Amino acid sequence: MVGFKVISSVKLGIKSLLLHKLRSGLTMLGIIFGVCSVIAMLAIGEGASYEAQEAIKKLGSNNIIIRSLKPAEESQKSGNVGRTFMLEYGLTYADGARLADTIPGVSRVLPMRIIREAVRFDQNEVPCQVIGTLPFYQEIVGVDLLRGRFLTDYDELYQEGVCVLTMGLASRLFPYQDPLKMSLKVASSYYKIVGIVRERNTVEQRSQPGKLTEEPLDNNIYIPLSTSRSRFGEVLTRRTAGSFQMEKIELHQITVQMKDTTAVETADPQIRTLLKHFHANNDYELIVPLELLRQARQTQRIFNIVLGSIAAISLLVGGIGIMNIMLATVTERTREIGVRRALGAKKRDITAQFLVETVVLSIGGGVVGVIIGVITPIMVTHLSGMKTIVTVPSVLLAFGISGAIGIIFGLYPANAAAQLDPIEALRHE
Amino acid sequence: MKKVAESKPAATSSGNGSRAIIRIEGIKKTYVLSAENIVHALNGVDLSIHQGSYVAIMGPSGSGKSTMLNILGCLDRPTAGNYWLGGDNVATMPDDELSVARGKKIGFIFQSYNLIAQLTVIENIQVPLFYQGVDLARSHDRCVELARLVGLGDRLDHRPAQLSGGQQQRVAIARSLVNDPIMILADEPTGNLDSRTGTEVLEMIDHLNADGKTIVLVTHDDKVAARAHRVIHMKDGVIDREVLNRPGAPAGS
Repeated sequence: MVGFKVISSVKLGIKSLLLHKLRSGLTMLGIIFGVCSVIAMLAIGEGASYEAQEAIKKLGSNNIIIRSLKPAEESQKSGNVGRTFMLEYGLTYADGARLADTIPGVSRVLPMRIIREAVRFDQNEVPCQVIGTLPFYQEIVGVDLLRGRFLTDYDELYQEGVCVLTMGLASRLFPYQDPLKMSLKVASSYYKIVGIVRERNTVEQRSQPGKLTEEPLDNNIYIPLSTSRSRFGEVLTRRTAGSFQMEKIELHQITVQMKDTTAVETADPQIRTLLKHFHANNDYELIVPLELLRQARQTQRIFNIVLGSIAAISLLVGGIGIMNIMLATVTERTREIGVRRALGAKKRDITAQFLVETVVLSIGGGVVGVIIGVITPIMVTHLSGMKTIVTVPSVLLAFGISGAIGIIFGLYPANAAAQLDPIEALRHE
Repeated sequence: MKKVAESKPAATSSGNGSRAIIRIEGIKKTYVLSAENIVHALNGVDLSIHQGSYVAIMGPSGSGKSTMLNILGCLDRPTAGNYWLGGDNVATMPDDELSVARGKKIGFIFQSYNLIAQLTVIENIQVPLFYQGVDLARSHDRCVELARLVGLGDRLDHRPAQLSGGQQQRVAIARSLVNDPIMILADEPTGNLDSRTGTEVLEMIDHLNADGKTIVLVTHDDKVAARAHRVIHMKDGVIDREVLNRPGAPAGS
């Protein structure tokens, strides 16, 4: 019986709303825009932070990355001393050993030398990064082996002249040949190509500002660390216009892999203290992806709250619109209310009738809003290429709020209708 | 659903005289407009109406006629006094019970028909049942029958706006019958109609009375009142005089 009454009330509500199609439509529009903007804004916010978070996640949340930095004050000083001078800075092998020995929770320490050189084969010359590293680079940083093999302990031990190319570099350098059978030339040495990899993520990307999300800079060639050390030496010479610049640098980057994320948190300040002790001139930077990720999430949360509240305000305005219209409707239908009361309707029947109308309006608006709200981000992505993610909670949230608004803003007009004196209402013109 | 003729309310057992289904005792209605301005719309009215009687209430404006109507229709509660309607004292009922009493015991016919614009003929007839929680699907046949009774069997899906005034009033009559009420309360039922359709409507009401329905009719039209068995003239909030049109209808106790 109750179910039947509810169904008939809803039917009646819809019927009454259809009596004023334009008015009902316009009232719904407020809710539609509100719901739509909640979903769309949250989707855009989610999408914006997603890629940044993914990029950070790729760095490895268990990793702490320490990178050599050329100290700014030192390079200023170089101008005073002379045209050529040797700048000594950066991380050392000793640092790596100290990190591995003293910091608790360290699982592995991966040293890297990253040298910018042109790589040549035949007539092709491609500027790239020559990364001298150890075989377990593959596991820590994450590269997919496409062909051949990665560096091995044997290569490292015997300072083999072998290299592994990234896919992009391989196709640029060897458009026609099979790179695996070839050797290429870097600076003055030849390296035999033993494997081709695809980088799952590139730490090096981050050294190129503004290149966080686009196509990876995969002009990389990996050689054994020992080979890099022996062939390039510790002193790197850089030719700049009109002058040589020499820098003595042992390692460009150390990636410390921790056992788990809790170890990352405890190790972060420890590593900072340790390095501060040996590097007074601040020639390094510490990147903690976990921390970055946390910050990114924090930023996204604030972003979401701001966007969400703006959208919620528009929902609120929609709700006020509903209340306004319902109050007008109650006045307009005073006579009908009187008739219904005379024919046996209780106060709560009248309340229910008007509440149902408001809820139908807001739920109807909510449904349409959800549909448009899901389509809008897709269109935004399509038109502007911005990444958007429609999350289920945001849809539920928007829909729930619209339903709640229907009830909250419907209660007052519905009550006002129920409180009308039936005699007065019957006499109302 | 009980048949019209079968409705014999339990009033007789309440000890308020033989077959008096409506009994009003010392009803007063006082409106306090301000401290000095107190209006006694009804100032002690006693009235009994028997099952199957046809009563007209007349009186000039300000006589308390409308207030009487409101109280009889359970739309208002008296300031003092008792009102026995089919065995229940509705004078002291809370609002919700009063709504139920209206829905079950009274059939309203208004001057301006008061059909609900967005509902069809059949749906308008169903409204009182809806608020009683009656299964509309099961009572549908009866509603159709009532619509036929008032001659609108072929217009079930019309909306009030598509009907003439007389037709609308006939829908209202059908609606007043649907809940099988103790009393049909008609407030100037012909006030908005021309004389011909008005006569038709009145004849319909006469028929209902002939079938055993108790009719209370509020009017200022002597010709309309002449159809009633008993005419009650009100003046200054009391019953001024009472006229019996037909010997068959006994006056109240």
